[in-house]
Amino acid sequence: MAVTFTVNGKSTTVDVPADMPLLWVLRDVLNLHGTKYGCGTGQCGACTVHLRGRAVRACQTPVANVAGAAVVTIEGLSADGSHPLQKAWEELDVPECGYCQPGQIMAAAALLAARPNPTDADIDTAMNTNLCRCGTYIRIRQGIHQAVRSASGTKTGGAK
Amino acid sequence: MTPTLTLDRRSFLRVTALAGGGFMLASYLEPIDLLAQGGRAPAPPLEPNAFVSIDANGIATLIAKNPEIGQGVKVMLPMLIAEELDIDWKDVRIEQGDLNPAKYGGQSAGGSFATPSNWEPMRQIGGAARHMLIAAAAQAWGVPAAEITTTPGRLVHAASNKSAGYGEFAAAAAKLTPPDLTTLTLKDPKAYRIIGTPIPGVDNHKIVTGQPLFGSDIKLPGMLYAVYERSPVIGGKAISANLDAVKALPGVRHAFIVPEGIGGGSMSGVAIVADSWWYADSARKKLEVKWDDGVTAGDSSTGFAKRAEELSKEAPHSTARKDGDPDAALAAAAKTVEAAYAYPFLAHAPMEPPNATASFKDGKLELWAGTQQPSGILNPAIAKGLGITPADITLHLPRMGGSFGRRLYNDYVVEAAIIAKTVGVPVQLRWSREDEMQHEVFRPAGYHFLKAGLDSSGSLVAWQNHFVSFSVAAPAAAPGGPPAPGAAPTPVAQAGTSTQPGTAPQGGPPPRAQGPRAAASSTLNPAEFPARFVPNFATHLSMMPLGITTGAHRAPGACAISFVMQSFLDELAHAAGKDPVQFRLDLLARTQVPAEGGGFDAGRMTGVLKLVAEKSGWGTRTLPKGTAMGVAFHFSHRGYFAEVAEVTVDASKRIRVNKVWVAGDIGRQIINPLNAESQVHSSVIDGMSQLMLEINVEGGKVTERTFGEYPVLRMRQAPPAIEAHFLTSDNSPTGLGEPALPPILPAITNALFAATGVRVRSLPLSKHGFSWR
Repeated sequence: MAVTFTVNGKSTTVDVPADMPLLWVLRDVLNLHGTKYGCGTGQCGACTVHLRGRAVRACQTPVANVAGAAVVTIEGLSADGSHPLQKAWEELDVPECGYCQPGQIMAAAALLAARPNPTDADIDTAMNTNLCRCGTYIRIRQGIHQAVRSASGTKTGGAK
Repeated sequence: MTPTLTLDRRSFLRVTALAGGGFMLASYLEPIDLLAQGGRAPAPPLEPNAFVSIDANGIATLIAKNPEIGQGVKVMLPMLIAEELDIDWKDVRIEQGDLNPAKYGGQSAGGSFATPSNWEPMRQIGGAARHMLIAAAAQAWGVPAAEITTTPGRLVHAASNKSAGYGEFAAAAAKLTPPDLTTLTLKDPKAYRIIGTPIPGVDNHKIVTGQPLFGSDIKLPGMLYAVYERSPVIGGKAISANLDAVKALPGVRHAFIVPEGIGGGSMSGVAIVADSWWYADSARKKLEVKWDDGVTAGDSSTGFAKRAEELSKEAPHSTARKDGDPDAALAAAAKTVEAAYAYPFLAHAPMEPPNATASFKDGKLELWAGTQQPSGILNPAIAKGLGITPADITLHLPRMGGSFGRRLYNDYVVEAAIIAKTVGVPVQLRWSREDEMQHEVFRPAGYHFLKAGLDSSGSLVAWQNHFVSFSVAAPAAAPGGPPAPGAAPTPVAQAGTSTQPGTAPQGGPPPRAQGPRAAASSTLNPAEFPARFVPNFATHLSMMPLGITTGAHRAPGACAISFVMQSFLDELAHAAGKDPVQFRLDLLARTQVPAEGGGFDAGRMTGVLKLVAEKSGWGTRTLPKGTAMGVAFHFSHRGYFAEVAEVTVDASKRIRVNKVWVAGDIGRQIINPLNAESQVHSSVIDGMSQLMLEINVEGGKVTERTFGEYPVLRMRQAPPAIEAHFLTSDNSPTGLGEPALPPILPAITNALFAATGVRVRSLPLSKHGFSWR
């Protein structure tokens, strides 16, 4: 079936089976490879994208469910990697292998959208379903806090 | 001093024959062989021009030759070159090298070996390139080369007030003959500008913006996607399948049976090739295969545990080490302690499951595959099986989404090559998570039956371990050939010694044991601590046959052995009524039995143990009820690590690890402190995962399928803080991908004992009612 939706601000139509997961539409049909496959069963979070502004598992989202909706992937989180989370991730050297990090960043971005100044407990709760086998959890926590600081710094126009 | 590695290069096809007639071929190197690969002597003559190119603007492009799995080598190796080239890091660009051993020398990721094996040669490459730039400037300026100095990126002749950027002389320098690398004078470490500074990952921007980078991100024109269904019983063979029905499913282009052994690396299975991976994977749900299970169908985790206990009561098959008279010393001891320890099989579960992309055109094979051991794919048997020669193979090395040892084994790469050749267009084979978990190269389980004796002063006088592990059947006579019938068995006394260097002459036929030998990574080094520090000491070995495939798992051997040795030592410290740190310090201070060929240095371990005790406030802090600290140390991969964990356990046996302190000695230089801290975090968290994980085998099939049954550590369970401290010693720098991992397991289980009185002697912790909070 033909499904039309918005990916990273761009209207897109794909002709695929209705039950094809968004993950595979993004990766194999639209060639957006930033969204990763880790388990295909919604347990690892490597495929986290934003659907209507909320973090979802692309591997558990049939493409029919996104008809008419706005999807944002890691490629569209910012135009040039300038989202505070992306910058913090680079500065703190959060990635080890890096494979899970697009999903981590998308989950963290959804957290910050809902809760702009999260505590460690908030972070642990929101990020608990995103696995990292390299064990970068401590720097992910730091990265989220740093992004919060830099975002608030930007707003006030002052230094941290 | 640092012991010199004098190992021969060995790269050979390991052929595991299964007694039922089936056999699994896999091209890989044992961890010790990886060491040998990196440490072979003499080193091939490396050319600066192979690694360094400088454009007219002075931007240097440096080749990172080793595969990147998250260990940070793609930054570390170029840092060594850039330091001696004397250039600003901002003027460095890094490119991943393809597989090209003739050009780059050893290219592997394993054994924490990149640092010790490249510390000298990569700095020499940078120094030689700088030397060539100086020579080119000296010619042009008509001044002696000795009068030219460099500042980062610039050549300077002070006497004539001349200076120029590297870019001006790059083209001329590249035409000069490189100097003899061994004659170069390298920088005084005090002058380092790059080594020892924190440098973030070179691919970070691509990672955080989702740009294609990993093997599974490769897309070639006209490429199809494949899944590969293997026998649920590991090692089984596909007899027949409903291929026509599968081919009729949406998006499916091809479906066919692949016999075992083609190309010397594949397992029998069924390939489904489709327009999208999802079509292929969906079609798989309709696939019906008739399998010949083979002998592995008898493998069972519960059966192994039962058999191990039986074997522990029998005379051991062999004795790997005996010092003094352990029996007499145990009989005379004031106090004896007996304990049985066990750990399960484990899977690696890298976030990116194994995958490879292959294009087979005009007799040439081009591969894009994340592999820790790229050169394994050049095995002549693999090329022969594909109807080509090794020279026809090109292998590109994309970044890997983790590996932890799994991608030392190239089975999925060979499978992709076979499928691409069969269908005639480029193919990307991707394993599913379930494929990965159920067709792993498993960390072998192991069973240790220990007995030790203390004298009346609480001093450890006797130690005896009966280690029950696994054997595999006799290998075939030749790669791809039939098994050798009636091959003379080797005495099982050989078991446990496979961690010692081989003696095969370079270039000669690889050594092949005839008869049962220890399964990969299923050995115990006879020199493992506390060997040499206990006057009456014995390591006995017994083996039971195993069908499933085993191999290296981050800190192979050590990740399991450390739990056993350091937990039992802790039991002995408590039995002796001594402080666990002091008991260990006393042991390390003893006069030891001389080592065979270097190895464990008690002084270095004493240093890190004292440091971690100091940093953690060991014995000086009053902790609330239910909170306690545990300590452990382990020497592996040339690294000395001591760790302390503080845990809190509640009434429901839920554990919170409050903090971990790590002290390590990996020589005189931490090359990239930013990445060093990452590797320590990673080791601690990986080790914590191992405390709760197990792979169970029943009827030759793996029970666990995905993360639900294999609960690797999550964010909420990670400690709020992990402190990493390094003790600088006057030793050549060594690697950090592995040695920080082993001590964390017993540090935590020892803390659990201190907090609860429950001594954990088998893993996972969940078997004893513990869970993470």
